[in-house]
Amino acid sequence: MLPTPSTSHVSFDRVYEPAEDSFLLLDTISSASETAWLHQRFFENENLETTPAPLILEVGTGSGIVLAFVTANAQAILGRREVLTLGADINYFACQATKKTVDTTIAEIPPMSNTNLSTGKFLDVVNCDLTSPIRPNSVDVLIFNPPYVPTEELPDLDNHLKYNVPQDTLSFDQESHLLALSYAGGSLGMEVTERLLSQLPSVLSSERGIAYILLCAQNKPEEVKARIQTWGMGWRAEIAGSSGKKGGWEKLCILRIWRGG
Amino acid sequence: MKLLTLNFLTCARKTCKSLPAAFPLHPKDAELEVVETDFNAPFLRNILGRLEWDALKTLCMELGLPNLPPSAPEPEALLEPGAEMAELELERELEPTQTARDLHNLLLETGIKEGKLVCGNCGHEYAVKEGIANFLLPSHLV
Ligand SMILES: [Zn+2]
Repeated sequence: MLPTPSTSHVSFDRVYEPAEDSFLLLDTISSASETAWLHQRFFENENLETTPAPLILEVGTGSGIVLAFVTANAQAILGRREVLTLGADINYFACQATKKTVDTTIAEIPPMSNTNLSTGKFLDVVNCDLTSPIRPNSVDVLIFNPPYVPTEELPDLDNHLKYNVPQDTLSFDQESHLLALSYAGGSLGMEVTERLLSQLPSVLSSERGIAYILLCAQNKPEEVKARIQTWGMGWRAEIAGSSGKKGGWEKLCILRIWRGG
Repeated sequence: MKLLTLNFLTCARKTCKSLPAAFPLHPKDAELEVVETDFNAPFLRNILGRLEWDALKTLCMELGLPNLPPSAPEPEALLEPGAEMAELELERELEPTQTARDLHNLLLETGIKEGKLVCGNCGHEYAVKEGIANFLLPSHLV
């Protein structure tokens, strides 16, 4: 795998700064066990010459560190060439930051550095709420590091259109609002994640779709997992990675959600 | 934003999202930009199967770009045997056809820098600024 992308150009007073959760996502998706699973998913019984390029969508890209890593290591992760990547974030400044992080990461890969494994093709970052403008049945791999911290309330979305305006200097309220969008999860820290979960069956490709969602202990990951398994139609969920063991409890984990075998 | 990205986007309003009339979004007052990238034949071949060709034709027409053929090219139409190399008579290089180069230029090098994307169903206009499309809606339209 290529190294962790640089995000030193990003203003972390308005865009979420990569932290333990971001690194757990990178580590999990690029782990030997997970890449083995993904290679089988995207390789098995498929003729590489003809199967359409998979689309990876990251929702809530923030600085772009995860999307840049996944784009740079696309073939190493999915086990096939010709992968498309797309980002989405509700924060315009995060969209700008992500675009720059991904473009710079790809441009700086030295030739021949990655034993000839090909990078993905980065499309764009769109400024939107979760997957709202993404065509149904189109995403093969969805990645989401949600706002998962339990909070009294969610940021007021009616203020958002007013605050989400491209400009150089931001007010304190504006910056607080934009950062709160990246961590505040409302009740059980699950309000935004619940909305995303409800979009999965329609946005994921019915044949190949997979989602990776980060959860913290307060989100009750085992309950979330059990609930997904009651969706029927072959939906399944497993914990694919975890970190921060404290007194037997995992602080953070990554849930893999998919349909079929 | 690249024209290929529009292949994956629709109107963000719940009532439009799955309706055929909401796809593709229609560019309006679009200022285009061209950013060169390396030609990659296997990549083009693998995205052919994902393209909504009719939507792409509409997009080209609306942007005043050259018309596309009525149906998507076959993967074989992307490469042709190139000139035989004089010294190594047996070596033949595969070269991209004009069709492949045009498609590469259209999908991966041409983008909307500024402008609007309009939903064909509800008429809502989404702004594109510095290549980033804004699909956020006021709460009464969600
Ligand atoms: Zn609409």
